[in-house]
Amino acid sequence: MAASSTRHGVVHFIAVRLAATLALLLAVSFVVFGLLHLTPGDPARNLLGPRAPSPAALAAVRAQYHLDRPFLIQYGYWIGGVLSGDFGHSIRSGEAVTAALADRVQLTVQLAGLAFVMTVISAVPLGVMAARRAGSVVDRTVSAGAVVGVGAPTYAVGLLLLYWLGQRLRWFPVFGSGRPGWWSADRWWHLVLPAMTLAIGIGALVFKLTRTAVLAELHQDYVTFARSRGLSERAVRALVLRNAFIPVATSLGLVFSFLFGGTILAEVTFSLKGIGAYLASSVTFKDIPVVQAITLLTAAVIALTALAVDVVAVVADPRVRRRAMS
Amino acid sequence: MSALRRLGWTPVLCGVPLVAVVACAALGSWLVPDATRQDMALGVVKAGSAGHLLGTDKLGRDIFQLSIAGARSAVVGPVCIAIGSMVLGVLLGTLAGYRGGWLDIGLSKYADLLLAMPTTLVALVVAGLVGGGYWVTVAVLMVLFSPTDIRLVRSAVMTQVTRPYIESAKVLGLADRRIMFRHILPNVAPVALATMLLNVAFALVGMSALSFLGLGVGPGEPDWGRQLSDARKLLVANPAAVIAPGALIIVTAAAINLLGDWVQERAERSARQR
Repeated sequence: MAASSTRHGVVHFIAVRLAATLALLLAVSFVVFGLLHLTPGDPARNLLGPRAPSPAALAAVRAQYHLDRPFLIQYGYWIGGVLSGDFGHSIRSGEAVTAALADRVQLTVQLAGLAFVMTVISAVPLGVMAARRAGSVVDRTVSAGAVVGVGAPTYAVGLLLLYWLGQRLRWFPVFGSGRPGWWSADRWWHLVLPAMTLAIGIGALVFKLTRTAVLAELHQDYVTFARSRGLSERAVRALVLRNAFIPVATSLGLVFSFLFGGTILAEVTFSLKGIGAYLASSVTFKDIPVVQAITLLTAAVIALTALAVDVVAVVADPRVRRRAMS
Repeated sequence: MSALRRLGWTPVLCGVPLVAVVACAALGSWLVPDATRQDMALGVVKAGSAGHLLGTDKLGRDIFQLSIAGARSAVVGPVCIAIGSMVLGVLLGTLAGYRGGWLDIGLSKYADLLLAMPTTLVALVVAGLVGGGYWVTVAVLMVLFSPTDIRLVRSAVMTQVTRPYIESAKVLGLADRRIMFRHILPNVAPVALATMLLNVAFALVGMSALSFLGLGVGPGEPDWGRQLSDARKLLVANPAAVIAPGALIIVTAAAINLLGDWVQERAERSARQR
């Protein structure tokens, strides 16, 4: 009885959370579609780009984008295309936006993935260590470093690393994206420096979160109790880490959001041909279909990550489950 | 000396670079009037050359003078952003926390929507499509920074609303506006001020990121982010052109962050004691 009602509650929670995510994405899609009309000037002329438009071309683009119909109808046509994977054509190159993105998504996924791994393997252990020795010289040094790291801008750190590790010490390549491919060692080698740049900023954030979470757990009564019962330090540590893991894991949505914002700057800094640099140059050229596609996809990835993390937390942790259901 | 012992080293260590940056921002046009003067014939000169301590960039502009002149855009915009977003935060957050109801729900949905996206991305897209420019990016970042401020003020106000002094003010028949801004606001102010200080650091990083991406300040204007993007190809010819503005942004942001943390800690401690 109790088990089935719990399962029912979990399903209910997931359904509500899923509905909220879809509502959020719907709202974002409206805003993203509205970008076309936010840009100063006639949308039809904007869609034709810098070329002097002929009346025939203007009429064609108006018909293609249904610009003479009401806003909601235009939106309907656009979102219909988006849901079938059609984001229109790039103003700059004329190629299909979906194909252009497919060419560039690999690098961004690799960069974000590498930066994420670097962040987790460095910041989480450091955060745990700093919390266990709170107030020590080590803690204060790393914490001060994290304050600098959190505030340090990606592009400045990137260029300084590029100069120091790339130019001076010649440890890493200073230019290019390497040979493409999921298993291309050359590509990964080219991504080490940009990923390190991203990991410094985001690692500082994850370090702070981990340290706070572990410190909060260490002050809980169950730790004192476990110690007084004579549990080994190892066993106590295992308990603390398991409990501190939840707030750190649920902040992953935030980390992803930071990561995607950061990849724009990292890709531009290191002249990498990924989604982020593509967005930056498309904004400069007012290539609106590309901007719409990247903005919407980023929002979807972040929202779905946050959803997945929340669901995992509810399924894995009974305390979160109880809180979510009350 | 006793004041130093009481306050600790943090405000001094952070204050010195910050005072220097603010002084450069205020006196820049008087200290280095020719900072943006180009000398194409001169071209790139390495750091340490006679007359050019940090060398010059591709356009023959002196890096040292340009970095001093860049302090102005690093101070003015971020301070405006921090103040503006906190004004929005105090007005809307106080209303939401005090009144509750549909206003509260609407504002929290608005905050959810803005926080669902990376700030860099939204600022880049909106400022870029609107057409860029210094004050456009200031306005965009002000709006993007406001949801966190609204949330902060809202939750701070909500902890005050349940306290006896609010109840007695209501019993006395004081107007809501008077209660909100005369009685609640002073209790929320320390936390709001500390957050505002921290926001200056984030705004500095955000503004110079947009300048780095070619939005923000116009071409040729002195700005650290712009300098970094201009000097990206000078890593071999004159590394100082990259190191100087990069280090300035990092040091300034870190100093503001450390000072902000320090102020926040004290504000929270004093709020607890009350």
